[in-house]
Amino acid sequence: MAMLEVRNISKSFGSNKVLKDISFNVEKGEVLAIIGPSGSGKSTLLRCINQLERADGGTIKVCGLDMLVKNERGKTVYAPPDKLREIRLKIGLVFQNFNLFPHMNVLRNVTEAPIRVLKQKKSSAEGYAMKLLSQMGLYDKSEAYPCELSGGQQQRVSIARALALDPEMLFFDEPTSALDPELTGEILKVIRKLADDGMTMVIVTHEMAFARDVADHVIFMENGVIADEGTPEQLFGANASERTKQFLQRY
Amino acid sequence: MTGEEIKKVVEILLQYLVPTLKVFGFTLLYSIPLGMIVALLKMSKIKPISWITNLYILVMRGTPLMLQVIVAYYAIPMLKQSEGLPSFMQNLLASVDIKSDSFMFNAVIVAFTLNYAAYFAEIFRGGIESIPKGQYEAAAALSMTKTQTFFHIILPQVIKRVVPASSNEIITLVKDTSLANVVAYAEITMKAKQQMQLHSSLVPLFIAGAFYFAMAMILTVISSIVEKKLNYYK
Ligand SMILES: Nc1ncnc2c1ncn2[C@@H]1O[C@H](COP(=O)(O)OP(=O)(O)O)[C@@H](O)[C@H]1O
Ligand SMILES: [Mg+2]
Repeated sequence: MAMLEVRNISKSFGSNKVLKDISFNVEKGEVLAIIGPSGSGKSTLLRCINQLERADGGTIKVCGLDMLVKNERGKTVYAPPDKLREIRLKIGLVFQNFNLFPHMNVLRNVTEAPIRVLKQKKSSAEGYAMKLLSQMGLYDKSEAYPCELSGGQQQRVSIARALALDPEMLFFDEPTSALDPELTGEILKVIRKLADDGMTMVIVTHEMAFARDVADHVIFMENGVIADEGTPEQLFGANASERTKQFLQRY
Repeated sequence: MTGEEIKKVVEILLQYLVPTLKVFGFTLLYSIPLGMIVALLKMSKIKPISWITNLYILVMRGTPLMLQVIVAYYAIPMLKQSEGLPSFMQNLLASVDIKSDSFMFNAVIVAFTLNYAAYFAEIFRGGIESIPKGQYEAAAALSMTKTQTFFHIILPQVIKRVVPASSNEIITLVKDTSLANVVAYAEITMKAKQQMQLHSSLVPLFIAGAFYFAMAMILTVISSIVEKKLNYYK
C-alpha cells in the first residue's frame, strides 16, 4: 500500500500558479528526494501535504486515509477536522530553520507535543524523548536551551521532536540549508540512519550527492511541475534529460 | 514645620497610600487581561471588529486620562437626569447608587482600566506580531491545537518580549493614580495638597513625592529582576 498518494495537486498564490498537476506516490520504507531550483514549488508541495497550505485542486491520500478529495460535485474538499488531525499525526515535518521553541529546553521541546497532543504521561514521554535524543547524540543536551546549541544540534533536536509523535512518515524541507557547511554532515548522517532503519521519508534537498546516495526515487521539480523523475541512477546518470543535466551541472 | 508635625503628616499620607495602591492594583488586575483581549480583537480577521477596537484604542490614547476619569464619574449621574431614555436603561441607571462610597472608586477604576487596557493592548499586539510565523507552523505540524499553541508556545514568548515596555507602563500608572483626585477621590496627592494648605508648607508635597519615588524604585527593581529571570533564553 502506498503511504502517500498525491494526484494532480494544484496550488496558486493569487495569479502565481506554484503547483501544476503534481502526482506521485511514496511507498512504505521508501525515501523520496525532491530536487529543483529555488522557487519551483518544493516547499509549497510539502506544506500542502502537511496542511500548512491549502491545495486548490487534486487529491491526497495518507496511509489510505482521504485527506483531500473531489466530492460528488467535482469540488476539491478537505476531510473533516478530526480526520485531518488524525492524518497530520502520521507525518512529521522538519523545517529548514528548525523552528524549535526557544523558551523550552531540549527535553521539553521534544515532549511538549506527546504530552499535550497524545496525552502521554510526562514520565513515559520523557523516557522516549531521552531515547530519541540519545539516538541523535544529544543525551547530555536535554537541559540545554536551543540558543545554547549549534545549528546542527538544533536540527537534530527538531528531528527528535518530530519523531516523538511516532509518525509513519517524515518530511524534510532543506534540512541542511540553514547550516554551516561543516555541520551538514551530522544531519545527513542522522537522516541516512533513519533511512537504514526503514523510515519512510520525503526530503527536499540541494545535497545532490546525498540524494543520489540515500534516495530510492528522485523527483526534479521546475516551475511547479515534475520535470523529470526516476531512480537516482536514472536522474544522476548519463541518460538523464538535457534539462536535468543542465540543472545538476550547478552542483 | 516641626519634627512632630512632619511625623504626623507622614502618618496621614501613609494611611492614604492604601487608596492609591488600590487604584494601582485593581487597574493592573483588570487592564492586563483586558489589554490581551483588546490586542486579540484588534488582530481579528473580521474587519469591523478590528476597526472598532482600533477606534477605541485611538480615543483612549488620544485623550487625557484625567478627562476620562471625569467622564466616567459624571456620566451616570448626568444620564440619570436626562429624559427620553428607554425604560430598561432607566432601570439599569436607577440600580446604580451614585451616593455610595464604592461608586466613586468604581468610576475611577473603570476609567483607569479602559485607558490602560488600550496601552497594554498595543504593547501586547506588538509582542504577538513579533513572534515568527515558524513558531505557529512548528506547533501546527506537531498537531497542537490553536489554543494549545497560543497558551504554551506563543504567550510565554510574548510575555518575555513585552516585559520591558509593560514595566514602563506600570511605573507610569503609579504616578497616574494621582489623577484620581480630579473627582475628589481621597488618595496621597489630594491629602498632601490639603496638608500643604493646612501647614502652609511644601513639605507634605515632598513627602508625597518621596512615596511615589519609592514605589517607582521598587517597581523598577522588580522589573529588572523579572527581566533577568526571563533571560534564561534568547
Ligand atoms: N505564502 C506565500 N504567498 C505568496 N507566494 C508564495 C507563498 N509561499 C510561496 N510563494 C511563492 O511560491 C513559489 C514557490 O515557492 P516555494 O514552494 O517556497 O519554492 P521552493 O521551496 O521550491 O523554493 C515562489 O514563487 C514563491 O514566491
Ligand atoms: Mg523551499
